[in-house]
Amino acid sequence: MSYKQSPAFLIFSAFLSGLVFGFGLIVAQMTNPAKVLGFLDVAGKWDPSLAFVMIGALVTLGVLQFFIKRSCQHNLDKVITHVPVHSKLDVKLVMGSSIFGIGWGLSGLCPGPSLVGLTSGLSGILVFVSAMFAGFIGFKLVHQKAKH
Amino acid sequence: MDYLTVLSSLGGGVLIGLAAAMLLYFNHRVAGISGIVAGLLPQWQTDSVWRLAFLIGLMVSASLWFLMDGSIPIQLDASYGILALSGLLVGYGTLLGSGCTSGHGICGLARLSKRSMVATLCFMLTAALTVYVVRHVL
Repeated sequence: MSYKQSPAFLIFSAFLSGLVFGFGLIVAQMTNPAKVLGFLDVAGKWDPSLAFVMIGALVTLGVLQFFIKRSCQHNLDKVITHVPVHSKLDVKLVMGSSIFGIGWGLSGLCPGPSLVGLTSGLSGILVFVSAMFAGFIGFKLVHQKAKH
Repeated sequence: MDYLTVLSSLGGGVLIGLAAAMLLYFNHRVAGISGIVAGLLPQWQTDSVWRLAFLIGLMVSASLWFLMDGSIPIQLDASYGILALSGLLVGYGTLLGSGCTSGHGICGLARLSKRSMVATLCFMLTAALTVYVVRHVL
């Protein structure tokens, strides 16, 4: 277990996870906004590809999670302290997800693919990512004000 | 652009699931990209290192792919104005709703989280509705 706790290993595993995640998005063509919009356009020439991406990811993660749980010999949520455990449905969840959906539908870009696509140097992606970071900062400013 | 790519979509999905499982097993973290990246703001913290490492990995993947294969098709039709609006809504909405397509749509659903099911339903519906309005109404 000790190698798993070494800070250098945790940096490496996070890097590797990001790398494999990015490859997955590229292989699945989820980095192409037009392909994503093809899935969302149910009234047009509907392209169900994104559903297969989700099936592949959910089955893989579901199976591996089963073994991770078993290796922990406990409830996943209890061992893995950073996994959200609350199950309360609230207005923020519904509002936030709906706002995100409108933004996603406008461009076909969501956080992962936009960050992978950033290296393409396309100015449109740079505009999107800059605005996304402005949205992050905007939320944090509003949220921090509300707390005081 | 290729239409209906079942095998490459499934294969890409498997890689995404593998990446999320790796982060869960080794770092005990959920591979929700909006949360990982937004957590880098506003200032450097002790847990910023793994967040930055994940983000660098994500961006390096495209560079390595360029070297190996040479092409990542990106067709982006929206204007700068729409892209800016879209980015703002995605940034604000994912933090308000505590997750995006990866955090809710993959990690949350794989955990059978009720919150993530509701969130995924919400963003799928509003995204499809937005595309419908933009492409077939306006």
